[in-house]
This record gives sequence, structure tokens and C-alpha cells, in this order.
Amino acid sequence: MSAAADLVVVGAGPAGMAAAIRAAELGLRTIVLDEQAEPGGQIYRAIERVAREHPQRLAILGEDYAAGIALVRAFRDAKIDYRPQASVWQVEPDQRVFASTPTGTECVQTRHLVIATGAMERPMPLPGWTLPGVMTAGGAQILLKSAGHVPAGRVVMIGTGPLLLLLAWQLMRANVPIAAILDTGKADAPARALRHAGSALRSAAYLRKGFELVRSIKAAAIPWLKDIADIELRGDARVREVVYRRNGATHNQAADLVLLHQGIVPNANLGWALRCEHEWNESQRCFLPRTDGWGSSSLPQVQFAGDCASIAGARAAEYAGALAALEVAHKLGRIDRTERDARARSARRQLASERRIRPLLEALYRPNDPHVVPADDAVIVCRCEGITAGEIRAVIKQGCPGPNQMKAFLRCGMGPCQGRMCGLTVTELIAQGRGMSPAEIGYFRIRPPIKPLLLGELAASDSPADAALPAGHGSQRAETAAASDAAVVTTPMPR
Amino acid sequence: MTLYRALDAEPREHLDMTIEGRRVLIPAGISVAAALLHAGIIPSRTAPAGGAPRAPYCMMGVCFECLVEIDGVPNRQGCMVSVAAGMRVRRQLGAPVCEP
Repeated sequence: MSAAADLVVVGAGPAGMAAAIRAAELGLRTIVLDEQAEPGGQIYRAIERVAREHPQRLAILGEDYAAGIALVRAFRDAKIDYRPQASVWQVEPDQRVFASTPTGTECVQTRHLVIATGAMERPMPLPGWTLPGVMTAGGAQILLKSAGHVPAGRVVMIGTGPLLLLLAWQLMRANVPIAAILDTGKADAPARALRHAGSALRSAAYLRKGFELVRSIKAAAIPWLKDIADIELRGDARVREVVYRRNGATHNQAADLVLLHQGIVPNANLGWALRCEHEWNESQRCFLPRTDGWGSSSLPQVQFAGDCASIAGARAAEYAGALAALEVAHKLGRIDRTERDARARSARRQLASERRIRPLLEALYRPNDPHVVPADDAVIVCRCEGITAGEIRAVIKQGCPGPNQMKAFLRCGMGPCQGRMCGLTVTELIAQGRGMSPAEIGYFRIRPPIKPLLLGELAASDSPADAALPAGHGSQRAETAAASDAAVVTTPMPR
Repeated sequence: MTLYRALDAEPREHLDMTIEGRRVLIPAGISVAAALLHAGIIPSRTAPAGGAPRAPYCMMGVCFECLVEIDGVPNRQGCMVSVAAGMRVRRQLGAPVCEP
């Protein structure tokens, strides 16, 4: 056992940092495990380095990014045992947390856990989305933040959502030409979103920013095309063109880089692996862990905070992190209920204020059906194993009832990404095929290790192998099993 | 063909590393996946299932499309590892083969 803590926070984005800061203030021995090398999460990725070494990049990225500096500074100043490059791969029922680090697996015994693993982009399974040169918009933004790199060739942006528009605005400020933005939002989305305008009007600052983004993209005369159908990405060893239909005509747009985005969803594998209860959220069109107003999950020692609990953005994540920490301090007997509630008042009010804009955004940028559940049978759904929508539909017809049975039929969801890239698509495909709701279909059963791991590292860790990998759960790919230094444990087999 | 270039007017230190046996100068402080996109090593792997060409996709550790061999160890997530002087990176074609 390499350490003991009152609280382990997984993730050093806004939720995780805020939770750790508040927990440390309340005297909790707090360890933060984060798989990146620097604090900030994806939203404030590389913020310390950028502020110190590349301040001109702050001007490109905008004030919402720069706002992260204050939080990261407070995080650095707090009495927190912060461990970067620590990738959590398993949490045991006795609250031992296993994390892979550059020097091997570390095991931390904790009394409580806050999961603050943030969000990832919703998969966008279009024909050709596995081609080299097709990436997420978020990926391009990470390259801008962390490497100061911008697209070099012809860029086509496809999808819908605030991040897509924000990236377009940032690329404009970096003098990067954008060949086209193909907007896949629903034509009736603005009308549907209108009923949430009343609540959103109370978030005037967000609305102003949104209008400003739209106005400057339009002013830059970037072709921003709506009512796009039948998108296909074509190429050979890399993407070459985007083919789509608009106004009854087929268009071919040359492209070197295609950036996809249709919203973000929780980065959820840790919560699933812990068997926390989840619920389908129709407005966000994804599963969310069941939580209360403090982020408490169905497990007494586990809280969720930030976008991994419910997509609400970076500022909301901060307040949710603080609330989660207060509840942990209360559960551990550090503060009584009255003090918890008194200290929570301001964060709770601000969290509610941050969330007011969400129903509008969720309606306005709801991902469009054909880009969530591919109509074309040839589209790859599971990128790791190369499984197509047609193959999945065929086994549904044969009677495959759910995502976990699907693994046995197709190995779908069993590659190195462990369902992160296909899980939601598979659930919706089965729901559609069986005429049921995603809630009834459920999700992949996620098993440890939730990140691939060197077998040599597993063997060298101070955990009993049977605790780390319960009997019958571990499998290794035959081609990599020979050498312990190099072999990788991938997704466990179905039972 | 390079897919990503450095921003104009940003001073950079470069370091010496090897990609596919070729010595290259890469900006310091970036990830291996960013280096592959910058150096135009695309595709950076082929899928073990089906052999299709692939390249970095998410840049945040969730998609596993950027798996490469780094200093002799296969299946490393290129987006999660920073470049270092003298580092050797190889594309991963098909399933990785490990010498016993």
C-alpha cells in the first residue's frame, strides 16, 4: 500500500480541482490522481504552460480558457497530494484505488472517492470516420492548447454544438482558413429550443457569448452550410474529400483534415466499472450516473462531480466539485449537516445559475438521428474491432438482446478503447432494432482494468493478482501475451 | 504531408528523435501523437482487425487510435506520452508482435 487518504479524487479538471481544494480546506487528506501530466483537464489543458511560455496563445483561445489559471493556481497552493500521469485502472470494493504511473502501478487506500473524469466527445459514426485525417474537434482544440499546433491543410468541420463553433472561432483568430462548416443540427432545433428561452434568458452572459461567436463566424464569410444530408468521408490511406447532399444536389468538398463534433457525453467507464447505477437521460441523449444534489452515487463511498455526472460545463463542474467535497467531509464526520449546508449555499446557487442555459443548449444542439445511429449498414460502429452497423443489426435480428451479448457475437466493444467509442451507438442501435428504449437496453458491462496495462506492471504491483483481476475476468490478446514487458491486458472476456 | 503546423510567431525549442528509423526535429513539450500529425506520419498504424489505416483521433486518451511503438514497447497511447530527446517511435502495422 503506497498511501492512505481520506479522499481520492480521480481527475484534475475543474470538478476534481475544486473538490480537492475544498476537501483540503476542510482538513481531509486528499490525493488527486490524474492521467495527464498537468492539471486543468481537457478544458484548461496545458493552461499553466501556456500562461507562462506562450501568452499569445491565450488571446487565440479566449477568456474562458484563460479563466482556468486562477483555479489551477489555487489547486497548486492547496495542501493536496497531486499525482499527475496516474491513470486509474481499478477501484476495489474496499476502496483501494489502483493507478498506472510511469514508474509502475500505485495503490492508494482511501475512505472516499470523488469521480471527476469529465467528458469526451460523442462518437459520430459517419461513413469513413475511421480514415486518417478525420479527428474530433476537441482533438484539434487539444492540439491548439497543448502543442500550439493548428491545421495545415484544407479543414472541413462537421457537426453541431458549442465546441464546434468555439473551435471555428479560435482557428479564425489563429488565421487558419476553414474550407467549410457542415452544420448537422436539426432544422427544427431552434424552434424546439425556443421553449427553453425563458430560463436561458437569465443566463445573459452565455447568450451574449453565443451570439458573438455566431456573429463573428458569419462575418468571416466561412461557408457555414445547413441542411446537410448523406455525409460520406472518402479517401484511401487518408481522408481526401467530404461528399454530402444539400438542396437536392451532391457536393464534393476536398479535405485534408475533417473535424467532427456532435456534443459531449460523460467519460464514464470508471463509474460503470464500479457498478454505480446509471439512468438514461433523454435530453442529453446518454447515460448518467444516478446522483443526488451532492453528487452522491448509488455507492455510499463514491461521489460524482462535473461533466462525468451530467454535462453542464466547466464553471458548473467547479461548483459541483465543491459540493461533492462538502458532502464527503460531512460523511467522514468532519463537519455537521448545518455547517455543510451553510458552506454549500453559495456553490448551490451558482450551480443552479450555470445550469439554466443547459436545456436550451441541449435542444438547440441535439445530435441528429442519422449521425448517432447510422442508417448505412456499411458504417463502422466499433472502431477497435471494425464492426459495422450492418453486422450489429444482423445479430439483433438473430435475437441478440443487449450490448453484453453483442460482445460474444461480435467482440464489439472489446478492443482497447473498451466501448468508449461505440457503447452509446450500440445501445441506441439495439434500442432501435428491438423497438425499446435505451434505458431498457442498458450499457456494456465495463470490467477492470479500465485502461490497458502492461502485464509486467500488473505482476509487479503490490496487489494480489486475484484482487486486481478477479478470476475469469482477465484476458490478454494472444499476440501480445508472450512478453511481460510489452504485453497489454485488454478488455476482459464476457461471461 | 503535415496535418498540423506550429502557430506562427511562437518561439520553440526542438528536440531530436527517431520516427520510423528517420531522425526528425520535433517541437519540445508536445505529445507523440501530436508529433506524428506534425511530421505527417499518417497513417500511424493499421487496425489489428481488418488492417485498415488509422491515425490519431481524440488526442485525450479515450479512442486508442494513436497506439504506436515507443522505445520498443508496443501499444503505447501516443497522445498520452510526451516526446523526449532520443525517443524512438515506430508505426504499428497490424497486431503488435512481441519478441519473447
